[in-house]
Amino acid sequence: MKAAVITFPGSNCDRDLAVAFEHAGFDVARVWHKDTDLPAGVDVVGVPGGFSFGDYLRCGAIAAQSPIAGAVRQHAAKGGYVLGICNGFQVITEMGLLPGVLMRNSGLKFICKSVDLVVASAASPFTSAYAAAQTISLPIAHHDGNYTIDADGLARLQGEDRVALRYSANPNGSMGDIAGVLSENRRVLGMMPHPERAVDARVGGTDGAGVFTSLLGEMALA
Amino acid sequence: MKARVTVMLKAGVLDVQGEAVRHALGSLGFAGVNGVRQGKVIELDLAETDAAKARASVTAMCDKLLANVVIESYQIEIL
Repeated sequence: MKAAVITFPGSNCDRDLAVAFEHAGFDVARVWHKDTDLPAGVDVVGVPGGFSFGDYLRCGAIAAQSPIAGAVRQHAAKGGYVLGICNGFQVITEMGLLPGVLMRNSGLKFICKSVDLVVASAASPFTSAYAAAQTISLPIAHHDGNYTIDADGLARLQGEDRVALRYSANPNGSMGDIAGVLSENRRVLGMMPHPERAVDARVGGTDGAGVFTSLLGEMALA
Repeated sequence: MKARVTVMLKAGVLDVQGEAVRHALGSLGFAGVNGVRQGKVIELDLAETDAAKARASVTAMCDKLLANVVIESYQIEIL
């Protein structure tokens, strides 16, 4: 199984994300934002955290228009898997792969700490290794994680079981305590918490490993 | 030809930064500030000389990049 991790100027979780994919058993290709194609045979595209393009204009807005963006959109349109974490979540919402937008945290502060999350849906390729309603602990590190969507959109996400993760105690004002959302075909996940920072018991625990092992298991079945 | 784009959060979207500015003004003693909305102004220097074409082009720029129309609205002035 092959993962591609994209690096934008200002990405800073790209290596951690590549290591997390490798740790789970993926072959990983590193892709530069100026590339226009993904390597052949890529199953999942990882869009990492960081501060792409210095968060200029809006978080993720400029990265979403970079040369590689077209290939990522095509990959998703063909039913490929995409995992956007933190700034990557902001990038893929700006790309239009997921509805809604990440606004400034309601408390206006950058928040960097571990938080408890509830697995709101284990029925996804990214969360199947967890039990439904399981509580896990993952680090968050963001200034703009306040998930915002119109009332109809929120009802739709909830009605279609597309909220993958919720905060146990809402840190940033996100509507519906949403920490991670799925696309309609459930193959795109955007999440603010950092599972790639929690795949090794020696540093940060292992609660994030399930995201990667879920994906690998899903692909092995396919 | 120059264009000025003003991007604001849509009515109904909570502007947490605007609220923080409102509180700060209050604590500085400026009474009676009932609301603050914060946005951004983007000035463009365009090669285009036809105002209608410039407006059409800047509208496309706003929809594609300069504003996120999920939460933001924009106004274009051709100068």
